[in-house]
Amino acid sequence: MELKPNVPSGPLEKKWERHKFDIKLVNPANKRKYTVIVVGSGLAGAGAAASLAELGYKVQCFCYQDSPRRAHSIAAQGGINAAKNYKNDGDSVWRLFYDTVKGGDFRSREANVYRLAEVSVNIIDQCVAQGVPFAREYGGLLDNRSFGGAQVSRTFYARGQTGQQLLLGAYQALERQIGLGQVEMYSRHEMQELVVVDGKARGIVARDLVTGETKTHLGDAVVLATGGYGNVFYLATYAKGCNTTAIWRAYKKGAAFANPCFTQIHPTCIPVSGEYQSKLTLMSESLRNDGRIWVPKTKGDQRAPNQIPKEDRDYYLERMYPSFGNLVPRDVASRAAKRVCDEGRGVGPTGYGVYLDFHDAIGRLGKAKIEEKYGNLFEMYERITGENPYDVPMRIYPATHYTMGGLWVDYNLMSTIPGLFVLGEANFSDHGANRLGASALMQGLADGYFVIPYTMGNYLAREKLTPVADSHPEVRAAEDAVAARTKRLLSAGGSRPAASFHRELGRIMWEHCGMERDKKGLEHGMGKIPGLREEFWKNLRVPGSGAELNQSLEVAGRVADFLELGELMCLDALERDESCGCHYRTEHQMPDGEAKRDDAHFCHVAGWEYTGDGKKPIRNVEPLTFENVDLAVRSYK
Amino acid sequence: MHITLRVWRQKDAKSEGRFVTYEATDVNEHMSFLEMLDVVNEGLVAKGEEPIAFDHDCREGICGTCGFVINGKPHGPRPRTTVCQLHMRFFKDGDVLTIEPWRADAFPVVKDLVVDRSAFDRIIAAGGFISTAIGGAQDANGIPVRKEDSDLAMDAAACIGCGACVAACPNAAAMLFTSAKVSHLALLPQGQPERPDRVRSMVARMDAEGFGTCTNHNECEAACPKGIRVEFIARMNADYVKAGASAGRRAGGAPESAG
Amino acid sequence: MPQAATSTFWRSSIGRKVVMAVTGAILFGFVLGHLAGNLTVYLGPEALNGYAVFLRQFLHGAGLWIARAVLLLAVILHIWSATSLTLSSRAARPIGYRERQWVESTYASRTMRWSGVIIFFFVIYHLLHFTFGTVHPSFVEGDVYHNFVTGFQSVPVSIAYIIAMILLGLHLRHGVWSMFQTLGVSHPRYIRWAHVAAWIFAVIVVVGNCSFPIAVLAGIVK
Ligand SMILES: Cc1cc2nc3c(=O)[nH]c(=O)nc-3n(C[C@H](O)[C@H](O)[C@H](O)COP(=O)(O)OP(=O)(O)OC[C@H]3O[C@@H](n4cnc5c(N)ncnc54)[C@H](O)[C@@H]3O)c2cc1C
Ligand code: HEM
Ligand code: HEM
Ligand code: SF4
Ligand code: F3S
Ligand code: FES
Repeated sequence: MELKPNVPSGPLEKKWERHKFDIKLVNPANKRKYTVIVVGSGLAGAGAAASLAELGYKVQCFCYQDSPRRAHSIAAQGGINAAKNYKNDGDSVWRLFYDTVKGGDFRSREANVYRLAEVSVNIIDQCVAQGVPFAREYGGLLDNRSFGGAQVSRTFYARGQTGQQLLLGAYQALERQIGLGQVEMYSRHEMQELVVVDGKARGIVARDLVTGETKTHLGDAVVLATGGYGNVFYLATYAKGCNTTAIWRAYKKGAAFANPCFTQIHPTCIPVSGEYQSKLTLMSESLRNDGRIWVPKTKGDQRAPNQIPKEDRDYYLERMYPSFGNLVPRDVASRAAKRVCDEGRGVGPTGYGVYLDFHDAIGRLGKAKIEEKYGNLFEMYERITGENPYDVPMRIYPATHYTMGGLWVDYNLMSTIPGLFVLGEANFSDHGANRLGASALMQGLADGYFVIPYTMGNYLAREKLTPVADSHPEVRAAEDAVAARTKRLLSAGGSRPAASFHRELGRIMWEHCGMERDKKGLEHGMGKIPGLREEFWKNLRVPGSGAELNQSLEVAGRVADFLELGELMCLDALERDESCGCHYRTEHQMPDGEAKRDDAHFCHVAGWEYTGDGKKPIRNVEPLTFENVDLAVRSYK
Repeated sequence: MHITLRVWRQKDAKSEGRFVTYEATDVNEHMSFLEMLDVVNEGLVAKGEEPIAFDHDCREGICGTCGFVINGKPHGPRPRTTVCQLHMRFFKDGDVLTIEPWRADAFPVVKDLVVDRSAFDRIIAAGGFISTAIGGAQDANGIPVRKEDSDLAMDAAACIGCGACVAACPNAAAMLFTSAKVSHLALLPQGQPERPDRVRSMVARMDAEGFGTCTNHNECEAACPKGIRVEFIARMNADYVKAGASAGRRAGGAPESAG
Repeated sequence: MPQAATSTFWRSSIGRKVVMAVTGAILFGFVLGHLAGNLTVYLGPEALNGYAVFLRQFLHGAGLWIARAVLLLAVILHIWSATSLTLSSRAARPIGYRERQWVESTYASRTMRWSGVIIFFFVIYHLLHFTFGTVHPSFVEGDVYHNFVTGFQSVPVSIAYIIAMILLGLHLRHGVWSMFQTLGVSHPRYIRWAHVAAWIFAVIVVVGNCSFPIAVLAGIVK
């Protein structure tokens, strides 16, 4: 398999402009003859479905929730970047491009990132026109803040609910098209299989989660915008339903899976409180602007935090990174927390937590000011933990929060299966080995609103697609595969609920393929997963039938796919024998403990090719060339 | 602690439902309500029984998927808290809790505690948007918006579409939900051109979906996890009256829908 | 189940609420005016009877009939909208809750339908009592003061009036606030006032109207 990026020629700034001009157009009268299947209704999916429908294509859109408005994009708090330079503080498309490439530790494709920065400005215009109530200043103009360590203020936000408001904008545009009859919406439908006919993606098999009926939906092209797969860790900041099923099926049908091991761990989440815990909650990173992070100096110090005097506290980030202090990037902060906890200095009932202390900030700025800045976050913390962070320091711990890896796509966002486009967090995208804050929302909307409308037309105009009959052998085969799988899940006949396997997988992944990885651990993890998978198929119990709303069956199906994906992630992490961004191999570190890249051998994207169950997949490579930026060493000392 | 649950079980939309009692033992006070149900469900699965179906997704109070009535209160006893963020420390050992789905004709029960809220989507599809073509927007700062208006629009836009307002309303009215979206868009300059059509179509859709009518009980506001205020209902009423008055002035043949 | 969304203003839920609010406002206005007129009883027989004569001669006698026509129409529309809204709401929740806990709604708001119906029956009784004299023990056509005093000298009749007035107060306590809300007074500051205003008006109506039977029984008005 060849990973051909199809990047247009010419200077970086002109590539997208030129590509849009070179692209073949579909005659407006012909557009309604094409049906596009969009799986996912998050920023990427709803954006794509709405904009394709506006252009005149017939669209069928799918999501597993009861309404498209509930996609997990809704949970993003912080904000969305755009190179508007409204603050006149020296921002530009070029600077956003550069920051993103550097933030990703030089493991992303230059041309894609530049395009992302370029269309970022249109996103804000579009969202405002839709009525997204971004924060404003008294003069009536849009407000910005700086976010995630950026040196310019380019982040637009809507209170602590930016993702919600952006998603509602896209959802409303989608509902408008549904009302006009341009989009057929299939809520509570889960994609179970991809239909590939003559080498091209032509449809999906989806299960109606209410009736249990599985049906094939055929069209001329398929768009997957099904979000990230971070739930492979079981405990993560993802919604419970987030899954890898859609992209995993596509992988097994021939789409390359790029950089699966690139997962981001967010440092400021509320720690686990017990075995029953079902998910982790993220708190905005902005807390690190005023909170100081520390742990006791000595192991096993059982005193209450307020009883521990200053000299017995280790403000380890300030100690190790004097110039960035508590504001070091996410991956650095996360790893440091893990290390002090592994040393036995962690706090809280489980020992996996560090203090985030506002005592000094309250002394300096006053309680009122802190309340104004972080009131809603403090409230959320108290709601969940029952502790009042004005009096006792917060406890935080890192948690999985984003997956940079995903299906490999070219410049047109098309995977290695022609006609299968992948958008948003589901693709391997523009973030390289580490995503900067406020750039995922930007990417989702860029893909959905501004890229796919062009590249989809180009594909459809060039291909000669003949209609596929419902009785086509490939369709039948896909349907049969789904039926067989459902049957297998229902008839495993064991005694354990699927969630218990998921928890176990999560522990393996977190331990061996989490924040710090090494050869031995990864091999160990890879060794354990097949056994767990076997146990799953032997000892699983799914009550009920396949012909009804069956939440146990839904969970089991998703867990089955995670059990396969986990192994690929370990393999990818093992074979990427370097450290870069979030992928930290302890064997490869600078003397000061920073990630040490190996550009000579690993300046590339790894695109995994499926070769059959139980067989080792093939690692294909897309070399990355940097013509416009120098490969520098990230340093936050 | 030990909690007794009386849960509404209903196999599917067509079947009759009934209350079934379950005992939740060893409930940890740090669990969320849904985590407590997870544990109960794992126990049921281990016994080979069907677990209790309930809707949920984000489990952090923002997606609006979760929701049922606990002892007569939608989303349970804590103000401004969805059930997924409701922690067991707000209950006591020995509590007996009655758990019921949202009850409304427009929200038919799908299974157990899961209801069908697609009526809300159809209300939005009827006009809860601003018609813009993607790609053609002017510069975002070309339309200044008074901060007060923008903040108030944001208050209204914070609705998560959970349906607790309908569940709480003695009349099963969907006024709080509908008025939140109408007000969000009516407060912004971008929303003005379609304002009369929007409120007319959305209210017509709301009525046709079979929701009840508002008699200003304010229960919806009390139940709303996002603090949406009945003030928006008053706004929508005023908008609707104005739109009704302007209806006669529209040019003949103009399409009814705002699309 | 979803139906076609083609409703006209007056058939819509909000349109019917507006009918309720406007007719409610007319009835409320009448109650206030009626109370003011009846207060003349404290000025003696001439004042009250003079007031009654004024009413009958107003606009050469047409005024009273116009007012009666408006009131009758308002009552009919009020009852029509109340009934139709109640039926919609009943249909909207065919299966009720096993348990309910109220938070913000009031006793008054939940009993509007009952208080309304009882007031309606009260008015019929009241007309037979003071206007037609059918159920009045010593009715004298034209001597309103006499009818008034002798009417309330009966303890059971006075008690019935007092109970009816308390229910009317409840109806107005919620009704007046509801009227503001329905007609779209949305400013947070005014909304608070709407509640205060509802309380004040309800109290005025109850205290004012109840004072009549009490004054008669106490012998202040005789
Ligand atoms: C807590 C949190 C905070 C965040 N904060 C920020 C932030 O401040 N700024 C920022 O830029 N980014 C942030 N992110 C990241 C960002 O929100 C996501 O990366 C982005 O929203 C993903 O959008 P998406 O459209 O790709 O996918 P999603 O929004 O996850 O949508 C996936 C869609 O696919 C559907 N789907 C999935 N699987 C199937 C299937 N098998 N069949 C059918 N449908 C399926 C789902 O129903 C859903 O509609 C945050 C993420 C989290 C978790
Ligand atoms: C059969 C008789 C009556 C019935 C069934 C009835 C019922 C109702 C109902 C159901 C409401 C709606 C409450 C709400 O929207 O919150 C209402 C409102 C009201 N009623 Fe009545 N009522 C009756 C008679 C009266 C009378 C006789 C008066 C006046 C003296 C009156 C005054 C009002 C007022 C002022 C309102 C508020 C209007 C509004 O809701 O916007 N009603 N009534
Ligand atoms: C204690 C309180 C009340 C007293 C003492 C009272 C007294 C009277 C009297 C004496 C009349 C006859 C007037 C005349 O014939 O000129 C009358 C008429 C009437 N009253 Fe009352 N009233 C009271 C309360 C109410 C209330 C609360 C209502 C309505 C909700 C009401 C509605 C009417 C009506 C409709 C008439 C007939 C008016 C007409 O001639 O058309 N009254 N009342
Ligand atoms: S108004 Fe409140 S209660 Fe109603 S749907 Fe929106 S968030 Fe839920
Ligand atoms: S509770 Fe119901 S009656 Fe109106 S004010 Fe709220 S919708
Ligand atoms: S599960 Fe998302 S709001 Fe409760």
